[in-house]
Amino acid sequence: MVKVDIPPARLAGEPLVAFEHVSCAYGSSTVIDAVDFAIIPGEFVGIVGPSGSGKTTVLRALLGALAPVHGHVHRRAGLRLAYVPQLETVDWNFPVTVREVVSMSRPSRSWWPRTSPAEIREIDEVLERLGLGGLAGRHIRELSGGQQQRVFLARALTQKPDLLVLDEPTAGVDVRTRHEVLHVLADLNEATPDGDGVAIVLTTHDLNGLAAHLPRVICFNRTVIADGSPNDVLRPYFLERTYGAPMEVLQHGGMPVVVEHGADDLRERLSRRGA
Amino acid sequence: MVPTTSASASAVGVPDVLAVDFAEPFQYEFFRNGLVIATLAGALCGLIGVFVVLRNMSYIGHGLSHAIFGGAALAAVLELNYFIGAGLWGLASGLMIGRVARRRIIGADAAIGVITTASFAMGLALQARYGQASRSIDAVLFGNVLGVFPADIAAVAGVGVVSAIAVVLLYRKLLFTTFDPEVAAVSGVRVPAMEATLMFLLSATILVTVRVIGVLLISALLVLPAVTSRLLTNSFGRMLWLSPVLGALFGGVGMYASWYADVPSGAVIILCGTAAFIVAYLSVGVRRRARVAGLDHHSGPALTTG
Repeated sequence: MVKVDIPPARLAGEPLVAFEHVSCAYGSSTVIDAVDFAIIPGEFVGIVGPSGSGKTTVLRALLGALAPVHGHVHRRAGLRLAYVPQLETVDWNFPVTVREVVSMSRPSRSWWPRTSPAEIREIDEVLERLGLGGLAGRHIRELSGGQQQRVFLARALTQKPDLLVLDEPTAGVDVRTRHEVLHVLADLNEATPDGDGVAIVLTTHDLNGLAAHLPRVICFNRTVIADGSPNDVLRPYFLERTYGAPMEVLQHGGMPVVVEHGADDLRERLSRRGA
Repeated sequence: MVPTTSASASAVGVPDVLAVDFAEPFQYEFFRNGLVIATLAGALCGLIGVFVVLRNMSYIGHGLSHAIFGGAALAAVLELNYFIGAGLWGLASGLMIGRVARRRIIGADAAIGVITTASFAMGLALQARYGQASRSIDAVLFGNVLGVFPADIAAVAGVGVVSAIAVVLLYRKLLFTTFDPEVAAVSGVRVPAMEATLMFLLSATILVTVRVIGVLLISALLVLPAVTSRLLTNSFGRMLWLSPVLGALFGGVGMYASWYADVPSGAVIILCGTAAFIVAYLSVGVRRRARVAGLDHHSGPALTTG
């Protein structure tokens, strides 16, 4: 293989991943259709949509776990991707400690499975950075929801990814944990003097708690409905086309807040029944 | 102390423990062979059992042992070598299970049920029809530690060494594949290759140990050391060495005890393991028990049908 040196300036602008008219199907049913978008280095993108809209399928196509039936997913040569699965897909009864989870994604350095002291230091550094210091020997069940999420984030980070992919990182967690996860992700995304921050793409159905905080949001239902800043895309027109139900958008502190249309109606009906 | 304690004890009718000759069985070569192979088979089943239990494969193990019984019966009738006949039959069954299950209309567990019980029934029919020609079928069904030849020991030792090397060299990939196959695949682990490796090791393990433990008990020996060690540790790495050690202990102690109990050794080995499991179960807290409850929904049936 020929290695081409590209000037760093050009490299920065080149997309990490680009979807070009991508369609994917399971059997004969098309799940995502004619999807176009690109992610450039350092971006932080949220894909929002109702359940069953094909968000996870987009991630699977992005990761290369699913081949498109039409179109093409371009990945930058040598791109390092790391994936953080949904917490509810994890087998919490599996006998693994925090350190074992973090080390399993790394290539072995010697033929003997024992983790070397140098590697343990490296892993502990990542754990420390994510606020998990001192928990390396714990079983994964003996952690709080936020800590559990960060363990899988740590496993992804030790792969030193250019692009971090998370599926519903805040599904089923409480408000405090959601804040915690969002802050950790923002820290990781922030460029530091020694390098660019990691690009992040995640899926979520949490419009107000998560999507509205991100710099870029993609409204998704089988295909890209809208793509831009929260103020541009979290609008009634796009939201109705995404969720198939009318929604209202209020402004609060310069941020859009999405509320269900007809909430007053419902409250009135329920209170009338109580009376 | 009077040196005649034992004599006086037997005089009052107490079973004379001190008079039992603990070295007695060791003077027989068949017992020494049996002890070696039971210990090796226990260790091997303990090692592979970790993956069987954590990957919910115990029903596959159960089915494979039954399929191999059919192959062994056929091999005996055709006067083929056991390892060739039963091995090829096991392989063919595995492929057929894969093919039937891929049709999706039938679940993998039902596919295993159909193909392996058919194979088992064929074995029974052959045994009934050509009983004379297939004396060793009994050994496959109930295990026969005492009819062990050096070639059997070599076979178990060989599969054991290959398995240990594979587990050591592929440690992280096997752990990643077992814990989280989706993420392992996108992280560059060749998951189908890892799964095939585990399937191959499981088939080879059953093939070489089934004559020692017996078709009806093998899935219990695959499960018992692993679930017992799971109760005792929360770490995959520790479970991976604890389970073979426990398996070896069950095999060795069970074999030795069967000499005095005058009971088929396969049964005593499994009872040893069951006793250890009960002790471990009762001695760890309720919290840990809850963890194991969701571990393997097949371990219950596999233990009772064994």
